[in-house]
Amino acid sequence: MCLGIPGKIIDIYEGYGLRMGKIDFEGVTREVCLAYVPEAKLGDYAIIHVGFALSLLSEAEAQETLAMLRQISDFEIEPSLPE
Amino acid sequence: MKYLTEYRDADLVKKTAAEIARIQTRPWIIMEICGGQTHAIMRYGLDQILPPQIELVHGPGCPVCVTSLEIVDRALAIASFPDVIFTSFGDMLRVPGSTGDLFSVRATGGDIRVVYSPLDAVKIAQLYPHKQIVFFAIGFETTAPANAMSVLQAQALGLTNFSILASHVRVPPAISAILSSSDNRVQGFLAAGHVCTVMGYWEYISLAEYFSTPIVVTGFEPLDILNGILHTVRQLEQERCEVENAYPRAVTKEGNLPAQQVIRQVFQECDRNWRGIGTIPKSGWRLRPEYSQFDAENRFSVTDIQTIESPLCIAGKILQGIKKPFECSAFAGECTPENPLGATMVSSEGTCSAYYRYRIREINNG
Repeated sequence: MCLGIPGKIIDIYEGYGLRMGKIDFEGVTREVCLAYVPEAKLGDYAIIHVGFALSLLSEAEAQETLAMLRQISDFEIEPSLPE
Repeated sequence: MKYLTEYRDADLVKKTAAEIARIQTRPWIIMEICGGQTHAIMRYGLDQILPPQIELVHGPGCPVCVTSLEIVDRALAIASFPDVIFTSFGDMLRVPGSTGDLFSVRATGGDIRVVYSPLDAVKIAQLYPHKQIVFFAIGFETTAPANAMSVLQAQALGLTNFSILASHVRVPPAISAILSSSDNRVQGFLAAGHVCTVMGYWEYISLAEYFSTPIVVTGFEPLDILNGILHTVRQLEQERCEVENAYPRAVTKEGNLPAQQVIRQVFQECDRNWRGIGTIPKSGWRLRPEYSQFDAENRFSVTDIQTIESPLCIAGKILQGIKKPFECSAFAGECTPENPLGATMVSSEGTCSAYYRYRIREINNG
């Protein structure tokens, strides 16, 4: 139930008096409520739970996490390589 | 899939596990709160690539598992009423009540429907004005914004045939209860990343300080989980006890403010009985009195509930990280996902079901 998954916002519209949208989960599309991410734009990625977008994913933070992990493991694997 | 595939990179997973092994000098016990993380750990075998001195214990973050037996029995009773359409997340249908589950109510004629979103339940209420539509509003902070919105939506539409059976639980009071217990073994926590997308992590800062225990906000992919463990082990080794965010692509310190505002508007704090664990003060949310017309507990009179829990089931000890499923005499014998004695064997987030799915061969091979 807490298993939110990331998806890409491919449509934004008003529905049922709420800000709604369509999310693409790599081929599978689903209607979701965007009321909690008022800043969302087309093409953004969001974490979706039970039909609601709860947070937008930050590309910059995503890259930084990966870069940090790559750096640690490179350091660990090649500590004695010459400069 | 973007934001998933790169966090499943086997090479980086192995290297991160190696880094944990490199910095670790003492044994440590770390609890992942969230059942979704428990399943990811078992599915990807992360516990098996960690150094043996790092023990992962599995927490109570499975909403299906901790919903009290009394509430499940109440759901079964309401779902049995004629003219009720009972709507629920699919996970709840097989959860054992004192006598039967929602599937067995459906088999005897109850109109029980699985919905993906609470807003789907509101749509059903619009379609069937002569029926009473009840939504089983359970879950942690992750489902609360959606469930709260269903109430606001029903109110905006002027619906008089929609109500929710609300039993919300919150993570921080559970962490506090686990760390306060005399049986506690946990030295560091992986906080549930998706709970923190909603609530942020400001609530955990005082907990980490008070209990001198590191808490690391952690995501759900294999690399995310190892990154969370790496941060936790590093803190433990350095004798630090801070809140760190190892899932910054999805989580900010303040969380989702519009969602928190709607939660506060619709729900208020209450004591909550957690199945197998007992009552934890201020650990739940219930509807505010101004929304009592949407409260299924008010709308349907259910009085004669007498809960009977399986005497064999040790789910409460498993949810607190005191025991593991292998230590249960009923595990994979009397208790299986097809015939669960306790909710931890049912859910896609339950610890017993994770061990059953991903570790059953080991058990059979001794």
